[in-house]
Amino acid sequence: QRLDGRQCYDYRNVRVSFGPDRGCCVVELGKTRVLGQVSCELVPPKPNRATEGILFFNLELSPMAAPGFEPGRQSELLVKLNRLIERCLRNSKCIDTESLCVVAGEKVWQIRVDLHVLNHDGNIIDAASIAAIVALCHFRRPDVSVQGEEVTVYSPEERDPVPLSIHHMPICVSFAFFQQGTYLLVDPSEREERVMDGLLVIAMNKHREICTIQSSGGIMLLKDQVLRCSKITAVKVAEITELIQKALENDQKVRKEGGKFGFAESIPNQKITAFKMESAAVDTNDVEEQAEEIITKADPPSEVFAKPILHTPGTAQIGEGIENSWGDLEESEREEAAEEEGESDATAFECQRMETEDTSTMSEAKDEPIVLSDSEEEEVVILEPQEVSKKTRTQTTLKQENTSKKAFNKRRRKKRAAR
Amino acid sequence: GDTSVLAGLYGPVEVKGSKESPDGATLEVLLRPKVGLPGVGERSREQLLRRTCEAVVLGALHPRTAITLVLQVLSDAGSLLSCCLNAACMGLLDAGLPLSSLFCGVTCALGAQGSIVLDPTARQEQEARAVLTFAIDSTERKVLMATTKGSCSVEEMQQCLAAAQRAADTIFQFYRDSVRRKYSK
Repeated sequence: QRLDGRQCYDYRNVRVSFGPDRGCCVVELGKTRVLGQVSCELVPPKPNRATEGILFFNLELSPMAAPGFEPGRQSELLVKLNRLIERCLRNSKCIDTESLCVVAGEKVWQIRVDLHVLNHDGNIIDAASIAAIVALCHFRRPDVSVQGEEVTVYSPEERDPVPLSIHHMPICVSFAFFQQGTYLLVDPSEREERVMDGLLVIAMNKHREICTIQSSGGIMLLKDQVLRCSKITAVKVAEITELIQKALENDQKVRKEGGKFGFAESIPNQKITAFKMESAAVDTNDVEEQAEEIITKADPPSEVFAKPILHTPGTAQIGEGIENSWGDLEESEREEAAEEEGESDATAFECQRMETEDTSTMSEAKDEPIVLSDSEEEEVVILEPQEVSKKTRTQTTLKQENTSKKAFNKRRRKKRAAR
Repeated sequence: GDTSVLAGLYGPVEVKGSKESPDGATLEVLLRPKVGLPGVGERSREQLLRRTCEAVVLGALHPRTAITLVLQVLSDAGSLLSCCLNAACMGLLDAGLPLSSLFCGVTCALGAQGSIVLDPTARQEQEARAVLTFAIDSTERKVLMATTKGSCSVEEMQQCLAAAQRAADTIFQFYRDSVRRKYSK
């Protein structure tokens, strides 16, 4: 008796759904979810295989699949899974790589299959292999024509994309062994996987040909056990292949009729956790008026904006900004006067330096908080310039700082950094 | 529309000594594209999301822990960043993390004549002069994060912002309805 009530040879429910792009599908095996995406590009072929296209597989364990999966870690499990999928699909020659060749020795199609494990509830291998095969069947590559030396790739609007030539569909079936081969389970769930002694994976296609077989875990199997497993596999593969075909046909039909398709549609309405909303029209009629109000409110401040305001000798300010520590450097070059401690402590303002005389205007600048409505620059924190002592300054050189646009961005970035 | 993003959240959990912060929870965001390895574009989006979430999550309640948010792009048909923002917020909500407010993401595309399109498709994004994305919070409709691609005038940004704030209302209503639906059964 299994935890979820299945029999020894029962598979969990398999569900296949497609995305709006060609070659995108999500396979659910019980709770285990795998997303597969196929993409292609033209590349020069491998030197020792000039007439064959390239197949590239990438399996990623997303951290959302299980708390133990960290990004960037090449765990053993990942390597093993990758290798298995590769062997299963590449060595069985289910894809005709010769047909992927465009110009021998120069340009071939490189097909890239990306699999992301979204949820790990046991038996990633099976789900991943199903996802890979379904995505490959679903994918359409752009049509290409060769005229002499010229290769023209047609976009999907110009000519219908062409499906890949797939000879057969190998599907992996996993068996978990317990207690030295006495107990055998098909499609182990996550808990069963943790306590199993050994694992046997058989990849078979619907013509009852074994594409790949791998036994790991070091359990010793009797010959008739292996044969029995392969018979079970044949049955399962037939079922799953039928399911895939039906799903592909359904999707094809919907696409032809121009109906809506994609993940957003495939979530059934009855599920409690799913919620759909029709595209809502947002009333933007009085938005303009509202915006104008904000702008008019902002206008008065912008006049203040235009006048350079002197905070400290040698630094003027146009617009709000963040102080840059250049201020200190500049000042130190000048003829000496007492440095403002305040300046270095306060957060930065970006300044535009202007020629200045004395700073009688300084005091007035100090008291004048420049109020900019939040709308102009989001969440500008206006800092009162600190207590500054009056000083005489003779000449300051004119320094052109960044253009206002750049200043804007820099301010934003610095502000975010300061937060 | 057709853009789908799946969000998964883990935390607050134990974190290694180097990453732990005595003030509050450390937030980590991982964004996985559908094809290929995550690149620089993903990194920058992750940072944007991270800042936004940090502003909202009350990390001080869980010091020396880590919260991991994983986003997987299922399909991209325009407005990807705001879809990620919405998914992140719903994930945080569903996980029951303490938040100071909800947030939502809205994308605006500015056409050549100054026409504003909310929530553009990939086509509209490409043809637009500028694309702006805002993260707007729920309590006071303030802006948590803004990103632009392309150039636009200040007035246009104002208009987009105001339109985005309107749209935010619709999105928050959607949040409420879906959560209500989930917990009413």
